[in-house]
Amino acid sequence: MRQIVWLLFCREWRLAWRRPGDLLNPLVFFALVVSLFPLAVGPEPSMLRAMAPGVIWVAALLATLLSLDGLFRSDYEDGSLEQWVLSPHPLELMVLVKVLHHWLVSGLAMVVLAPLFGMMLALPVSVLPVLVLTLLLGTPILSLLGAVGAALTVGLKSGGVLLALLILPLYIPVLILGTGAMDAALQGMPVTGFMLWLGCLAVLALTLAPFAIAAGLRIGVSE
Amino acid sequence: MKWTFFHKLGSPKWFYDISGRWLPWFAVAAVALLAVGSVWGLFIAPQDYQQGNSFRIIYIHVPAAFVAQSCYVMLAVAGIVSLVWRMKLADVALKCAAPIGAWMTFVALLTGAIWGKPTWGTYWVWDARLTSMLILLFLYFGIIALGQAISNRDTAAKATAVLAIVGTVNIPIIKYSVDWWNTLHQPATFTITEKPAMPVEMWLPLLLMVLGFYALFTVSLFMRMRLEVLHREHKTRWVRDVLEKLS
Repeated sequence: MRQIVWLLFCREWRLAWRRPGDLLNPLVFFALVVSLFPLAVGPEPSMLRAMAPGVIWVAALLATLLSLDGLFRSDYEDGSLEQWVLSPHPLELMVLVKVLHHWLVSGLAMVVLAPLFGMMLALPVSVLPVLVLTLLLGTPILSLLGAVGAALTVGLKSGGVLLALLILPLYIPVLILGTGAMDAALQGMPVTGFMLWLGCLAVLALTLAPFAIAAGLRIGVSE
Repeated sequence: MKWTFFHKLGSPKWFYDISGRWLPWFAVAAVALLAVGSVWGLFIAPQDYQQGNSFRIIYIHVPAAFVAQSCYVMLAVAGIVSLVWRMKLADVALKCAAPIGAWMTFVALLTGAIWGKPTWGTYWVWDARLTSMLILLFLYFGIIALGQAISNRDTAAKATAVLAIVGTVNIPIIKYSVDWWNTLHQPATFTITEKPAMPVEMWLPLLLMVLGFYALFTVSLFMRMRLEVLHREHKTRWVRDVLEKLS
């Protein structure tokens, strides 16, 4: 079992680094969306500071969604997904490895970049650790929930817009908790409660989402 | 106990026969309850001492919101039945109930907006319960869109079933997070466990309207499902017999 996980992880890692452009694109998108807001609403630091939590979180949501669109597509097209479904190892575990790897190369990069954009949006330095922590807990949830949508739309041609329609409503709790923690931190209030809730959701997503993803893939492959 | 009745439930022909027998009763109940409830609620019930006559829209708003929410739960139940027991009829129910639920959500949102203008002075506020209804509408749209995007009927049914179940797991989380985010709306009008805060002459017509909306929902669901069953089974002998009798 451990060997399978490791082999899968290595496979995903190699595949990802053969096309580094695909890894970079969601990050550039993230940066672009964040920098559009000062252009749209004006460079006033106080306004930017008030908007920063929402802007960064919405940009993270959209960037995750964009990167998830192709998560299972190439595996579906070259038939390896069928082999996954047929293999004796649990599909749930395999998709969990795949999604966590996806988070490692896309979500984690956003977490690392976020303080930079936070500073550009005039967030005080004392709040930046909270920003990083909320994203660290929140982006795995985004990846896992989004993978459910990606699995359900795997064989469809117009998957991208549909994926957004299916998944964005489910992202709302993460958005509320993430931005709520940031707002609390900006006002100097404790953020532990928000963090615990985000942690709860992360554990819930980590345990339940793989089953939904696997069910979605089985349906998609059987078509 | 024998489980044959449970398997009967999955037979389209059995459903077509039994729903044909029940449909007139539900239709009569819906018309009667809605007629009595709306006349009582709109003309006879006393005015609200704060909101005057504008509160009377509650007799449309609350029943629509009730049906909208329970319809989503019904989708998830149908989804579980469809995935676990592979019942064709559950697929049909899931497919046919989603648009009705979306319309009910829309009606609840629309009447809420109309009610909001005289009460809060604005059509829309980002209040917790309004926002969760809006999210519910989006969840319905997602289910309908996924069902339409997949061309294979059985695959579409399974995929929407999974989505409905995932959505239902998320609904309490969404609900609580949105409640926490902002609360301005009055608390729930009706709870089963507590005595209602409204006087009897106000909530009794509301109860009739709620029951009437459920009956209306059942009638329109049955009619949609009967059509869908005929469409899906159009190659079988019993459907041909039914159609011959009709023509």
